[in-house]
Amino acid sequence: MLARVATFAIDGVQPRQVWVEVDLRAGLPAFTIVGLGDTAVRESRDRIRAAILNSGFKFPDGRITANLAPAFLRKAGPGFDAALALGVLAASAQVPAAALAGYAVFGELSLGGELRDSPGALAVAEGARRAGCARLIVPRSRAREAALVDGLGVVAVPSLRAAADVLSGAKPPPLPDADPRHSGPRQAPDLADVRGQQAPLLALEIAAAGGHNLLFEGAPGTGKTMLARRLPSILPPLSRAEAIEVTRIHSVAGVHADGLINSRPFRAPHHTISPAGLAGGGSPPRPGEATLADHGVLFLDELSEFQRTSLDALRQPLEDGHVTIVRGQRSLRFPTRFMLLAATNPCPCGFAGVDDRCSCGEVELRRHRRRLSGPLLDRMDLLVDVRRPSDEELRRPPLTDSTQAAARVAEARERQRRRLAGTGAACNGEMDVRLVGSRVALQEGAAEELGRAYRSGLLSARGRHRVLRVARTVADLGARDRITREDILLALSLRQRTGAELTVPS
Amino acid sequence: MTGGSACDECLARSWLLGRLAAHLDVERGRIIALLDLGEEDLIRAVAGRDAAAVRAERLAFDAGAYRERCADAGLGLICRCDAGYPSALWALPAEPAVLHVAGQLPRLAALTAGEGVAIVGARRASPYALEAARSLARGLGRAGVTVISGMASGIDAAAHEGALDARGASIAVLPAASQRPYPPAARALHGRLIAAGAVVSELGPDVAVRRWMFPARNRLIAALGAMVVVVAARRRSGALLTAELAQTLERPVGAVPGQVTAPLSWGPHALIKRGAFLVTEPADVLEVLFGSDGVPVAAGPGPAPAAELQPLYEALADGHAPAEAFQQAGLDTVRGLAALAALELGGFIHRRPGGHFSIAG
Repeated sequence: MLARVATFAIDGVQPRQVWVEVDLRAGLPAFTIVGLGDTAVRESRDRIRAAILNSGFKFPDGRITANLAPAFLRKAGPGFDAALALGVLAASAQVPAAALAGYAVFGELSLGGELRDSPGALAVAEGARRAGCARLIVPRSRAREAALVDGLGVVAVPSLRAAADVLSGAKPPPLPDADPRHSGPRQAPDLADVRGQQAPLLALEIAAAGGHNLLFEGAPGTGKTMLARRLPSILPPLSRAEAIEVTRIHSVAGVHADGLINSRPFRAPHHTISPAGLAGGGSPPRPGEATLADHGVLFLDELSEFQRTSLDALRQPLEDGHVTIVRGQRSLRFPTRFMLLAATNPCPCGFAGVDDRCSCGEVELRRHRRRLSGPLLDRMDLLVDVRRPSDEELRRPPLTDSTQAAARVAEARERQRRRLAGTGAACNGEMDVRLVGSRVALQEGAAEELGRAYRSGLLSARGRHRVLRVARTVADLGARDRITREDILLALSLRQRTGAELTVPS
Repeated sequence: MTGGSACDECLARSWLLGRLAAHLDVERGRIIALLDLGEEDLIRAVAGRDAAAVRAERLAFDAGAYRERCADAGLGLICRCDAGYPSALWALPAEPAVLHVAGQLPRLAALTAGEGVAIVGARRASPYALEAARSLARGLGRAGVTVISGMASGIDAAAHEGALDARGASIAVLPAASQRPYPPAARALHGRLIAAGAVVSELGPDVAVRRWMFPARNRLIAALGAMVVVVAARRRSGALLTAELAQTLERPVGAVPGQVTAPLSWGPHALIKRGAFLVTEPADVLEVLFGSDGVPVAAGPGPAPAAELQPLYEALADGHAPAEAFQQAGLDTVRGLAALAALELGGFIHRRPGGHFSIAG
């Protein structure tokens, strides 16, 4: 007898429908699974046998052949267990095979027959809705995640037995929590915790308002990381579609298991991270930190300590907003629309510019600068120096808080959205050379000042564009239609100085 | 460039030092005394088993071929018998027989006839010390004083660069083979020095650098400068040896103070305690050289920043970090940062690593 169960494989971060076909016929007892499964899929035979027996069912005698179709797609992980087990039960008529139509099944089995937590339930639920399945059976721990998808009946069951009961006509158990949106964001760190640091706060606000990548330079312990962690709190809130996407990615990566993620991700990988860890990779390919930071912030602390190869791996993600990973004959695409925030010491010992504590030689400084320069720095629009706040500043009240800053950012974003409507760019940071030329209007004094900076050799051609983009955001924050001379000067002051520009002309 | 007129005797002496370079390295502890010996005494003192061979080679020395080789390498020659030989070198107990000059001979003669100041210091120096050396040299260069140093990385290079940046003149004294940059990384600086100053060495174009040549070279730096200024020097450093030599030559010695806790400041502070001039700006040096009212060219201020930028400029000049400087100048962050950019665009300040701004000029 033949049974068919719908389930889903996760290909990158996208669901792909997989049909589990189970064929049971008389013959020597055997259980084979075909269809390009990995080790976890092959091992599922033993889990399924034990789970079926421990759930009070009979494991059928005879020759069982299970196929995961389409056969060309590689299938990884234990998420097919439940579908295979229900297929075996249906094929042996222990659950009604007809009832399985309209269901999709997802989850790993324990030997005792419980449905275990399995990453990626949201992606599976989206796939099920798209494939036209009416109902989805998932482990209870993933119920709220799966329920984020509208128009899909989520059947959250604790065990194989419970799943079989539902298929046999029992009433599905209620969902663990009525409204998953109530699993609100954790209390995000707030700018009100920051004392002093006028210039870094200003730069942070400009970066958030224009979607500009930002580099902090400063000695150890001056608060670079503390400031960076507060960037997500002033970014515009995630839209529903963005939130679903972020939740799906984090669910697939196994770093999140509960409800909708409402706050923008903040990822701060350690500097020893490998290229695959940063951009994604491995086998099967898994999302890297760049993808986990999608719609959020990727923070690289100690930028100069990262391996060259890791930083180079960020080039495509930064330029294209996605990363393509090719494995065998297939290529996978992971989204990577993050804001890049980086921090670095001004010199190897970290104390340059702090009194006279720096003990670095000229050669070491040069090496440090060389390590910093490169394609990645080319993408940084803003550079700001972070210094220790003074004693007096520590005693004064904070200069702003995240609510106020976020309101200013949202207003500036709205101005950009109106100006850039229909261009494909969402914010000033995404404007290309052509857009800068057509959408950025300068007052007379501003053009003059920019020309002066360019002629003096302080700016490269690319640096000039960066300054224009940032100045546009400064003007947006001030609700000005044309960029003023002060806007240009402020952007110049916060400009990123790569390679030779970072050093002193001598 | 052509080979100079250096006499055969002097060329032979210079050749002999190169020939005995390896032997002298063994005896480098008393190198200055050895350099004072005559040819035969020197051979006897250091050549050991090779003495006979060296004597034979000395007899066969071909001054014509040596001149040709130097001309090929682009080196001009000037010996102690020439009229253009820097008279300052006569103060040395063991004056170099020949100077191998990369650059124009007449310019060297003119520069050494005028006033020169040696600026020396550590190879690995702090940004503060480098900036101090550079700005001191800039001021001296602007005042028409030649800056003499050893082209080593760190303070030496910063001093040369400062002088050249101010369109002043600068002379580098290398251990050997002045047609080649030493250290090799200083290629660009070497080229600038040849174009606008001179690079000289006591030893010929084919002599490999050895350790004894550094103290030997330092004595030329000490003698060529009418004053020696030490910027940053650890205990027992070459720069301090140069300063000591200058004192024995009765040249005034100056020192630029640093942070008292930094090892790099040990040298300058020790010198100041022993009576060296405390140097904080070019005028301090000019006053030692020319007296309080005899400064040759006014090292006057350059163009001043616009009036509205003046308060911030002054606050930065007082050594305040930008954030404090904004406060002092009564500017909010936005206007302060804009003013900072305006000052930088005007070339009045430079940004240093760590967000510190230093005053240009």
